[in-house]
Amino acid sequence: MSRRITAFRAAALTLGFGFLYLPIALLVAYSFNASRLVAVWGGWSLHWYGALAGDDKFKDAALNSLKIGVMAASLALVLGTCAGFVIERFTRFRGRLVFSFMLMAPLVVPEVILGLSLLLLFVASQAWLGWPPGRGIMTVTIAHATFGSCFVAVLVRAQLAGFDRILEEAALDLGARPLSVLWRVTLPGIRPALVSGWLLAFTLSLDDLVVASFVSGPSATTLPMAVYSSVRIGVTPEINALATVFLGAVIVLVALAFSLIARQERRRLAAG
Amino acid sequence: MALLEISGVSKNFGAVSAVDRVSLSVEQGELFALLGPSGCGKTTLLRLIAGFERPDRGRIAIDGGDVTDVPPYRRPVNMMFQSYALFPHLDVVGNVAFGLKQEGMARGRREARVAEMLALVQMSDYARRRPHELSGGQKQRVALARALAKMPKLLLLDEPLAALDRKLREETRLELIGIQERVGTSFVFVTHDQEEALGMASRIAVMDKGRVAQIGSAAEIYERPRSRFVADFVGAVNLFDGVLAAGFNAVALKVPGLEAPIALLAEAELPEGGEAALAVRPEKLRLSPGRPEGIAIAATVEGINYQGGVSVVHLVAASGHALKAQMASAAATSFERGMPVWASWDPADGVVLAR
Ligand SMILES: Nc1ncnc2c1ncn2[C@@H]1O[C@H](COP(=O)(O)OP(=O)(O)OP(=O)(O)O)[C@@H](O)[C@H]1O
Ligand SMILES: [Mg+2]
Repeated sequence: MSRRITAFRAAALTLGFGFLYLPIALLVAYSFNASRLVAVWGGWSLHWYGALAGDDKFKDAALNSLKIGVMAASLALVLGTCAGFVIERFTRFRGRLVFSFMLMAPLVVPEVILGLSLLLLFVASQAWLGWPPGRGIMTVTIAHATFGSCFVAVLVRAQLAGFDRILEEAALDLGARPLSVLWRVTLPGIRPALVSGWLLAFTLSLDDLVVASFVSGPSATTLPMAVYSSVRIGVTPEINALATVFLGAVIVLVALAFSLIARQERRRLAAG
Repeated sequence: MALLEISGVSKNFGAVSAVDRVSLSVEQGELFALLGPSGCGKTTLLRLIAGFERPDRGRIAIDGGDVTDVPPYRRPVNMMFQSYALFPHLDVVGNVAFGLKQEGMARGRREARVAEMLALVQMSDYARRRPHELSGGQKQRVALARALAKMPKLLLLDEPLAALDRKLREETRLELIGIQERVGTSFVFVTHDQEEALGMASRIAVMDKGRVAQIGSAAEIYERPRSRFVADFVGAVNLFDGVLAAGFNAVALKVPGLEAPIALLAEAELPEGGEAALAVRPEKLRLSPGRPEGIAIAATVEGINYQGGVSVVHLVAASGHALKAQMASAAATSFERGMPVWASWDPADGVVLAR
């Protein structure tokens, strides 16, 4: 097969990537637009970034999103790691297969259904148990942790499957108790999955609009919610600036997660 | 009292009987080998001693204390794994220090011990390397240092040399013996390489299908095998299967295909009419162009396998038996392919084995 870049291939590449990235590139470009009007180019300016920095509504929302993201990702990390261990390690647990399918479900269930069902749960739980006291940061965090933990579980499970259990035996043999083995050998061994799982859960939480809209209350507007509600009034270039900042943060996090996975994979190949 | 006392231990995996009623004892300071073909249960026996498996039956005692129900992290033994099992996220020092940290040894003493261990295995220059930056031989040394660091009463080694190339293996063999003598710890090591077992061990347990076939020193196992399996597995051997018959004034072995029964040195406990095998080591077989006195088998030279100092002459007897004779290479030059010869041996060199 020829490795030449034919005109056809070049066109296919341009079209494919153009389709994906042109809208985003436009958005980023227009965030530097000096004009008030979103679709009219008025020269380069950082004006809208300044306006964004002075806008308390967005700053509060960003802070909320950050808080929720960190808490939800950490909760998801703990829950997801437990689930990953159960699926991979407890071979005598009969419901293992069903359980592992159920873990996948939130990955494919429409967000609307997920959001609605969580809302129902919170309402019912408030009526019967009196907890959670109201809807806000707490409920959004719990909701985000639920689907985040599925992603963590999938990652942890995959890495555990490739983890050489003889290392755990070696640690036991050297006098480490089971809990110490987990802490000093197994968890360090699957650290890439833990780190990338946390980052993934954090990113997902930061991204989420639908589920948050269902389970949030008036006190806890997340960044996507704030953007969405202001866009309904009308798009200003300020939103473009916000979106660009947001995009940058997400790209950095995702790149970090993937480079961690890739680096570990390379090291594993080199070692094996 | 023996350091390690295994009595009547069995372990099944489903229908597979991996270890079957094994009893043996290892003394203080011994270099004890578990030798046997692949799948005979060597690793399983080692894992039972280390505590990774629980025996279905039988007891295991170490240094007088019953450890059958003691978890691996409380047993005074350490193991060197066949794949070395070094912790990839720790460097050489971290690996060697791991067990000492678990023990709660103070930092100063720990560092001194680690340095001492690395010097013992000549790895002091690699202290800060990670396992993936080491060669196979270097990993093997680190694994040994890690297993010895806690100064266990008993060190278990699962095919410690299997992953090394031949030359390195021979050097490391001598080194391992030297280290064992210096630290004075008893070693129990697994191997399926009979040369390794014969060359290193003070005593050997030959295993067959989960059972111990024979325990003894290298010389006992080689010169006086107690079963056909042991004779066949340990070293090269010429085997004649036959039926015992009464001879003129001694017992003889009637071998199908041989015209005359082979006279045996009387070993009275053998029942007449019973099936038996006669084992003769290749280096005990003598070849001559003319028929010698006593036992003699007509054969034809099939080929000569030059192995440096010694050569092995392969023969086919008139009876169809394939035979091997080992001799100095200089002596082997007087034979050539297709030449008719007589094979004979001193009756004292033949070992009679019940089947
Ligand atoms: N965890 C296990 N589950 C099921 N069967 C096992 C298990 N471990 C070992 N066996 C079986 O037990 C028997 C003995 O295995 P073992 O590993 O002790 O053999 P070995 O003598 O060490 O062989 P090798 O020289 O190939 O390492 C084999 O038939 C093996 O298939
Ligand atoms: Mg084995």
